[in-house]
Amino acid sequence: MKFSPNRRHSLIAAAAAAALGLVGTHAAAQKKYGPGASDTEIKLGQTMPYSGPASAYGTIGKLHSAYFKMLNDSGGINGRKINLISLDDGYSPPKTVEQVRKLVEQDEVLALFQTLGTPSNSAIHKYVNAKKVPHLLLATGATKWADPKNYPWTLGFNLNYQAEGQIYAKYLLKNKPNAKVAILYQNDDYGKDVLKGVKDGLGAAAAKMIVAEASYEVSDPTVDSQIVSLQGSKADTFINITTPKFGAQAIRKAYDSGWKPLHILNNVSASVGSVLTPAGLDKSVGLLTLQYYKDPNDPQWKDDPAMLEWRAFMGRYYREGDPKDQANLYAYLTAQTMVQILKQAGNDLTRENVMKQAANIKNLKLPLLLPGMALNTTPTDFSLVKQGQLAKFTGSQWELFGEVLSTSD
Amino acid sequence: MANTRDVLSKGQLIGLAVLLAAACVLPFVVSNYRVFQLTLALVYAIALLGLNMLTGYNGQISLGHGAFYAIGAYVAAILMDKFGVPYWLTIPAAGAVCLAAGFLFGLPALRLEGLYLALATFALGVAMPQILKYKGFEHWTGGVMGIVIVKPEPPEWSGLTQDRWLYFVVLVCLVALFVVAWNLLRGRIGRAMVAIRDQPIAAQAMGVNTAMVKSLTFGVSAMYTGIAGALGAIVIQFVAPDSFTVFLSISLIVGVVVGGLASIPGAVYGALFIQFIPNVADQISKAAPWAIYGVFLLLFMYVMPTGVAGFVRIAGGRLRQRRMR
Repeated sequence: MKFSPNRRHSLIAAAAAAALGLVGTHAAAQKKYGPGASDTEIKLGQTMPYSGPASAYGTIGKLHSAYFKMLNDSGGINGRKINLISLDDGYSPPKTVEQVRKLVEQDEVLALFQTLGTPSNSAIHKYVNAKKVPHLLLATGATKWADPKNYPWTLGFNLNYQAEGQIYAKYLLKNKPNAKVAILYQNDDYGKDVLKGVKDGLGAAAAKMIVAEASYEVSDPTVDSQIVSLQGSKADTFINITTPKFGAQAIRKAYDSGWKPLHILNNVSASVGSVLTPAGLDKSVGLLTLQYYKDPNDPQWKDDPAMLEWRAFMGRYYREGDPKDQANLYAYLTAQTMVQILKQAGNDLTRENVMKQAANIKNLKLPLLLPGMALNTTPTDFSLVKQGQLAKFTGSQWELFGEVLSTSD
Repeated sequence: MANTRDVLSKGQLIGLAVLLAAACVLPFVVSNYRVFQLTLALVYAIALLGLNMLTGYNGQISLGHGAFYAIGAYVAAILMDKFGVPYWLTIPAAGAVCLAAGFLFGLPALRLEGLYLALATFALGVAMPQILKYKGFEHWTGGVMGIVIVKPEPPEWSGLTQDRWLYFVVLVCLVALFVVAWNLLRGRIGRAMVAIRDQPIAAQAMGVNTAMVKSLTFGVSAMYTGIAGALGAIVIQFVAPDSFTVFLSISLIVGVVVGGLASIPGAVYGALFIQFIPNVADQISKAAPWAIYGVFLLLFMYVMPTGVAGFVRIAGGRLRQRRMR
């Protein structure tokens, strides 16, 4: 009678497992799989606006697919290939619900990754938490994605809007306590979230310091009249909470009308390529903003190794992508974060463990983040990006100054 | 002649019974996700039937029915979320509100004919998402954030999952509304509607109150679409302005034409088209799903110029003729 090699191997493996079991570390050697995971594959799902009003953001999903192709070409994660199923929802919440149900119930993905848009994610928020599917790194900055108590399966990516507002407020309290502040904001959840952060940050001083507020609708053609009325308030500080098109208009109008406030521009519109250049680089000198990752259009990162790596990737795997578009850099960062979570999960690829790892990211220093910054989560704190650094526009680039600021202190 | 048209033949009755039985069995043989998709298709069928009354039977083109769908959805959502009204009561409420809204919108729209009416309704459809975002209503509508609704629990005695229960709720509504529509359209009012579409002057000469019939048609049409909106909101569990863009209105008119103008079963065919073809297109090509959708649309229009319902009718007629020989 002969031992077949396979049998012998399995005997040895069993003996080894038993031995490990005795010393109490057998969990590490065991493979555990939830839905969507196997020895060869990890299935992730996402919805993206490839069509519809927000289709400009579709490039994020395309970059993800390219990134995972690169990763799979070099062997995947622990030998498992990533299979990202990315579906179009046209930025329409009912379609998101339908597509996410397909991903969860039919394709049985392990986790959702970077589903994009505040309304679309609101529509599936309850569903994914009831189904206990990890809903990870959402591409939206609303504050409600960091609520582990009520929604333990949802964890967003972006620096949340309220946190950003608080950082501006703290900066003012410290450096310009007698400021007379005028605020322009977009009248939706995003604008109001930043505004709330500013007010919370100013605390008791808010009533005294904020002298004027104006809002606009995304559908408005310009914000000229709002700028004129804010200027009329004699404010010496202007907090500009706008999306790119309106950001550029506000910068230009404020400059052209001779108003010379301390101008704080929120991160959403801080792109040199798509906002400051159309507004006029000379008119943008002196703007303040908060940044947390490197801007591909900023000359100071031209020879940065992380930026070179990203550009090389763009050239090899995502030719059709625009290397000037900040969304492509953002998408690269989020893909790297997802890979880190999956690596941390090791061979225990259950939904519970993936969520546990997402809630235990320790000091993850991705090279495309600003120097000195790191990503952190804990089971009671789901806001991944809590830091940023203020930067001043010199006329050609953002110059970082001061220390890395965080919302927790 | 009138008699033969009024009652269904034995064969048709049996066919309907089989179809209904199939519709009852279907949710038990497919997954919950498919049940959810089918439920949405049924919801669209109700909306399409409403629009078909207006466009198919009465000849008034509306490019803004998504607005009534939105109103119905919001009525249901606000009643459930702010007032704790049980979901089944919100359905007639949504219908009533939309009946009134449609009738009132129909009155001034009477002065507009054909393409001009199409533009006026288009304006309504385009404006609706922004009206829903308006600050003054935000307390009710939740603004851009919309309203999240709790999905209704099925009653204990049914033993069904939530998805299957909702499927049957929608199916019951659909059957009831289809029977009502069928009764309405084959009777005096239906004939008046068709007469106004084909020969408005002759209809008036025959004593048809054109203005009244047109406004009422608009109202009933909006009511159907509003009920569909309420059911859609309950099934999706969420309403937000971005759910009701003008594209929804366009999809509805596409569904009516593809399904078959002036045809009751056409509403079901059209609903299946607008529910499933975009998904098929997305599966064929990620890069240009809407180009594929366009190809499908062209194919349908070339192969079945009178819509799916017309195609089925002609095919059925040919079959019968062959048998007679």
